[in-house]
Amino acid sequence: MKLVVIAGTPGSGKTSVLMHAARCLEGSGSRPAVVKVDCLWTEDDKRIGRLGIPVHVALSRDMCPDHFSIYNVDEMLEWAKKQDADVLLNETAGLCLRCAPYPDHCLAVCVIDVTTGPNTPLKVGPLLTTADVVVTTKGDLVSQAEREVFRERVLEANPHCRIVEANGLTGKGGSDLAEIIRALPPAAENMMLRHNPPLAVCTLCSGELRVSKRYHRGVLRHMDGFMEYSGE
Amino acid sequence: MRLTILGGVDKDGCADHIETLHIDSGEIVGIVGPTGSGKSTLISDLEQFAQRDTESRRQVLIDGQPPDAEVRADPRRKPVAQLSQNMHFLADMTVSDFLAMHAKSRGREENLIAKVIDLANTLTGEPIHPEHHLTALSGGQSRALMTADIAVISDSPIVLIDEIENAGIKKQEALKLLAGEGKIVVVVTHDPVLALMTSRRVVMKKGNMVRVIQTSEEEQKVCNSLSRVDRWLINLREAIRRGETVSAAEAAL
Repeated sequence: MKLVVIAGTPGSGKTSVLMHAARCLEGSGSRPAVVKVDCLWTEDDKRIGRLGIPVHVALSRDMCPDHFSIYNVDEMLEWAKKQDADVLLNETAGLCLRCAPYPDHCLAVCVIDVTTGPNTPLKVGPLLTTADVVVTTKGDLVSQAEREVFRERVLEANPHCRIVEANGLTGKGGSDLAEIIRALPPAAENMMLRHNPPLAVCTLCSGELRVSKRYHRGVLRHMDGFMEYSGE
Repeated sequence: MRLTILGGVDKDGCADHIETLHIDSGEIVGIVGPTGSGKSTLISDLEQFAQRDTESRRQVLIDGQPPDAEVRADPRRKPVAQLSQNMHFLADMTVSDFLAMHAKSRGREENLIAKVIDLANTLTGEPIHPEHHLTALSGGQSRALMTADIAVISDSPIVLIDEIENAGIKKQEALKLLAGEGKIVVVVTHDPVLALMTSRRVVMKKGNMVRVIQTSEEEQKVCNSLSRVDRWLINLREAIRRGETVSAAEAAL
């Protein structure tokens, strides 16, 4: 089973890119299945379901969606196997710019919207810098020069990535991405994350609502950059 | 260089009437047709060197061969410069930072910046300054800057132009600048002067390349008369823009 993890900022066109790639994969004899992770709500199962391929939606609700994806990787692969798939496309919720939900033995795909401007590739962090493939979308809305400047910025942030220019409306880029997926080796057992997760487990994660320093524990950073451990 | 377009299908899935279209270096070819007839789709097929992998299923060849994937993707090697319909910049950068970054992406020298700005300023009445922010440029300034950027930094053997007439810049000068020497130029246009300046024009209808019209000698004569009308109109417009009055003598053709 091959594993493809598709991440990227909200509204960048992850689902459209995934659907075009899935269609191309199917057209060439592969058997893709899709797990879509979202936080609170999605109707993408209906949208993706129109392709006639197995789709499973998983809502992370009050768990961090990236943590949720990583935690459930085995279960997702198991599910895809039961669907007789040979490639699992996992679309993540795409929220946090501090994490990157990419295991080492997957194809890590970061989808990014060109209209957000050429400084965005520098702001997106590990989501982009640890990706194997960066898919740029909505390039038809800007000039060629601006597309090329954006591309240069992506390469500054991640010099080793492959860039695929995609268009969610016309399907451009779908076949390029499918071709890269076809050449991918299967996912391994005991995978590791590519990027270190954020500092410790935070008190917000465990439900602390009160604002300000005296209520929070863990490895914490002050405004001036000083880092300390607060707790027992 | 020879560019070849192999026909695909239109919006209804019917085959293009034009099965093969060759364009050689030094030629200016027009694309005409009503809104929604597929002009921009054809330009976009050329821009990405479609390999039967776009909506239209067309294939584009260079010197009879499909370009390899690297040439299609890498702007340092891609032989295409495109002036698109998108008039405005979205990047929040200064003009000089942007041009420096674009020169870098094309593997060109950064000292071309001043040349681009000087050239752009010959096309627009409102001077562009290197420290201006791109997002604050007017439509005419953006278009002039994009045109000069293509002529100097992109400087590719194939130039694609999508509707230059809406630009608020001197369109014939812009076309001559972009066409340069011995380039392949493909221009989408509704403008009779520009359309008749081409040697051939492809007619689009409902996404289909329906026919190719060779510009006749008679049409070339029409083009010359039209150019005079166009210059006359431009002079009147400039006079009015400068706040001057226009006399009956000047208004006579």
